[in-house]
Amino acid sequence: MLPDATLADYALRLGDDSLVLGQRLSEWCGHAPMLEIDLALSNIALDLIGQASHFLKFAGRAEGRGRDADSFAFRRDALDFRNCLLVEQPNGDFAQTMARQFLFSNWQELLFAQLQHSANDTLADIARKAVKEVAYHAHFANEWMVRLGDGTEESRARTIAGLEWMWRFTGELFERDPALKPLVDAGVAVDVPSLRPDWEDRISRTLAEARLELPKPRRWVMGGRVGHHSEHLGHLLSEMQFLQRAYPGAMW
Amino acid sequence: MNAELPLKDRVLEILSQVADPEIPCVSVVDLGIVRDVRDGKVFITPTYTGCPATAVIEAAIGKALKDAGFALKVATMLSPPWTTDWISDSGREKLRAYGIAPPDRGTAKHSLRDVPVECPRCGSRHTEEISRFGSTPCKSLHRCLDCREPFDRFKCH
Repeated sequence: MLPDATLADYALRLGDDSLVLGQRLSEWCGHAPMLEIDLALSNIALDLIGQASHFLKFAGRAEGRGRDADSFAFRRDALDFRNCLLVEQPNGDFAQTMARQFLFSNWQELLFAQLQHSANDTLADIARKAVKEVAYHAHFANEWMVRLGDGTEESRARTIAGLEWMWRFTGELFERDPALKPLVDAGVAVDVPSLRPDWEDRISRTLAEARLELPKPRRWVMGGRVGHHSEHLGHLLSEMQFLQRAYPGAMW
Repeated sequence: MNAELPLKDRVLEILSQVADPEIPCVSVVDLGIVRDVRDGKVFITPTYTGCPATAVIEAAIGKALKDAGFALKVATMLSPPWTTDWISDSGREKLRAYGIAPPDRGTAKHSLRDVPVECPRCGSRHTEEISRFGSTPCKSLHRCLDCREPFDRFKCH
């Protein structure tokens, strides 16, 4: 294929969302409140890292400079990551992790449901496969929002706090980026503002069931898509990339 | 091996001896992972995007082909996405005998709907789900309320 910098950028955005959230969730491995949750979070992390490896491999082909998924994952600095700010937010407590998952997975499921009709065959194939898995992630997070929100005073207070923190990063998910216009016009990329009504509908329904209110509107915090990240991403990468930085090309 | 058979059949015969690394009672052919043989390639498809067994399966298939004298490459295809509807009838029986409740056929598109799962030990449908995520991406955890045994279920997908 001919090098296409815009397409490579788009694939990186998709892949980095999955990679960074997958790495975040794997921090729970061995620390979750119950064995079943440990298994669930590790499984979700695996699905996300699998998606990332497909998207990043494709980004390398679109870029045409010989980079593979591993070189994107392990040998790129924070400024070159294109993930949204939501996924790099720290896990906090279990309620905060679930709030992040709830907001993100419901968005990602709607995104992939559209992307599976992309004019680009590879992106469509990845999305068609991943959307089945993401449906499980959204289902899991929705169930936990209800259980925690409509649970004890403590779980409810923590869930509200988690949602309040994460909410400010959701505006970015629906921000139309002029840089991607050629891809949206060609039917390759999803026009993200179009996902908002369905997403709000899903979020509101689950929150109503959880006896929680939609967080109040606030100024959105954005910048991840152009590499303006929070301090948290650098710390996450320093752990994830340590081995390949210290021992370049190490394999086992 | 019967040299008269078409290439695809001979390849499938070899690969029906390659066990899934996580669930060794079934072969990669039983699971519907092997999709096609054409243009000098054997096409396989991952069950779950992030299943760590995928790389092991690819290597095992490559080795089995090489050992049997086939000069075929192993290639991955993502589309159409794998579904449990592709698991063969004999594969389903092998799963059940191994203690894993097989997925119901034709229910993949309703994978999130709760249907009573049949206990692979006593056959009762009086069972409950413990966790939708299990020891591998493809399984969930259940418990039989009659014989009281916990069991894995191959998720409909």
